[in-house]
Amino acid sequence: MSILEVKDLTKSFGSTKVLKGISFSLEEGKVLSIIGSSGSGKTTLLRCINGLETATAGKITVNEKVVFDSNITDKKELKALKHNQQNIGLVFQQFNLFPQYTALSNVTLAMKLAAKKRPDYKHNKKAILEEIDATAKKFLDKVGLSDKLNNYPCELSGGQQQRVSIARALAMNPQILFFDEPTSALDPELTGEILKTIRQLAEDNMTMVIVTHEMNFAKDVSDEVIFMDDGVIAEHGTPEEVLVNPKNPRTRAFLNTYEK
Amino acid sequence: MFLTVTKALLEGFGTTVELFLLTLVFALPLGLIVSFGSMSKIKPIKWLVRTFVWIIRGTPLMLQLIIVFYVPGFIGMWAREQETTNMFIQFLASWKVMDRFVAALVAFAINYACYFSEIYRGGIESISKGQYEACSVLGMSKPQAFFHVVLLQVIKRIIPPMSNEIITLVKDTSLARMISVYEVIWSGEAFIKSEGLLWPLFYTGAFFLVGCGILTIIFNRIEKKLSYFSV
Ligand SMILES: Nc1ncnc2c1ncn2[C@@H]1O[C@H](COP(=O)(O)OP(=O)(O)OP(=O)(O)O)[C@@H](O)[C@H]1O
Ligand SMILES: [Mg+2]
Repeated sequence: MSILEVKDLTKSFGSTKVLKGISFSLEEGKVLSIIGSSGSGKTTLLRCINGLETATAGKITVNEKVVFDSNITDKKELKALKHNQQNIGLVFQQFNLFPQYTALSNVTLAMKLAAKKRPDYKHNKKAILEEIDATAKKFLDKVGLSDKLNNYPCELSGGQQQRVSIARALAMNPQILFFDEPTSALDPELTGEILKTIRQLAEDNMTMVIVTHEMNFAKDVSDEVIFMDDGVIAEHGTPEEVLVNPKNPRTRAFLNTYEK
Repeated sequence: MFLTVTKALLEGFGTTVELFLLTLVFALPLGLIVSFGSMSKIKPIKWLVRTFVWIIRGTPLMLQLIIVFYVPGFIGMWAREQETTNMFIQFLASWKVMDRFVAALVAFAINYACYFSEIYRGGIESISKGQYEACSVLGMSKPQAFFHVVLLQVIKRIIPPMSNEIITLVKDTSLARMISVYEVIWSGEAFIKSEGLLWPLFYTGAFFLVGCGILTIIFNRIEKKLSYFSV
């Protein structure tokens, strides 16, 4: 059963059509890489699935729960759909850490705010907060930052900041984790540590969708690759099919620019 | 003599400090509301508020003081001359000349709220969209994002321009004498007329220097306190 299903998704900004009918699905535990030239709509696709952008038409289902359906116009129903979106995590290109909080607090903040709504919050406050701290520490440990819990983002390298942001996303216990060019804002010598972290997540069977320009990485971490071109999926298949033996001449032309 | 002068000046300075503090108490939150208005998604509200801010910032505070002091009294007088049962005009008829201090406070609070609102707006708009998006993806509500994530960053950004504006306010309070509010410079000047003494006037300057000096220290402290992160 597929955990993510995108059907006939379109998105326009004013009169510019950016997504022109995107359909694909993804099985649980699989890693999907999305490649494509600048402006082909990769970020827009991710943002539509995450609800940061509202798609013009189409349907998105996560774990059999509808998170977007352009046929639904009732405001209340739409709001309810937004709630289902919380099962999706997103790691940004620019990290977007909260500068005034330590690495640990960056990870715990959203959980602690959400915990306030729990009916037992008043009685169990201390235990709940301790549990949240423990969860956050577990994920920071997972990304190799257990010695940086109390450092502020400005005291961390770009790679470390990105790993905090990955821990922050993981702590929400997402069913799918999206990455939008997670290494593009980093110096080349720092990309390795992020790719290693993502590889580990893949080994743990985390379902992931990764927009990336790292072709070699995409080749060996992904189960599937999508090549996007001008708002449509031009090619979709195994890394072997898309990256090694592409059928579409556009894919070949795109990959050629990377050979050099 | 020195003691007499000090006592007189302290009395004037008391009014100055009171006007200063009360202006802050009203203008700081009011400015935030005005800044939300000037960033409103509802176009008519946005333009109404921005026009108001433009008028207040584009005309002298002295003129605003005089208008706030005289206009309600004149409206009341006009309303009392009308022979009507119109509830609204009867309500206006109850307007008397405003208390001088209250008039000064109203004018200062409105004027400074508008200046503060522009500083707030600059600060709020300077925070990257990515901060709100990160909050949204983590399931925080918009108010949670504003109060728990954005606000402190805004405060850090606006401390330097706010400290400038607030120190200007200390000195602007002396304008209140235009509508005969007995503030510190007036109390100093009184000694020229009554005793032929010039030095009390310079002495008033010392009050302002000390006041502004204390504020500078406070703002430096806050800046230092917030220096642990960078925005
Ligand atoms: N908010 C917006 N308003 C108008 N146009 C937009 C907006 N966001 C994106 N676009 C346009 O949509 C198109 C696709 O942009 P998108 O960011 O999705 O591309 P991308 O594939 O992620 O590119 P890159 O590899 O450079 O990140 C671009 O032409 C862009 O100008
Ligand atoms: Mg992009």
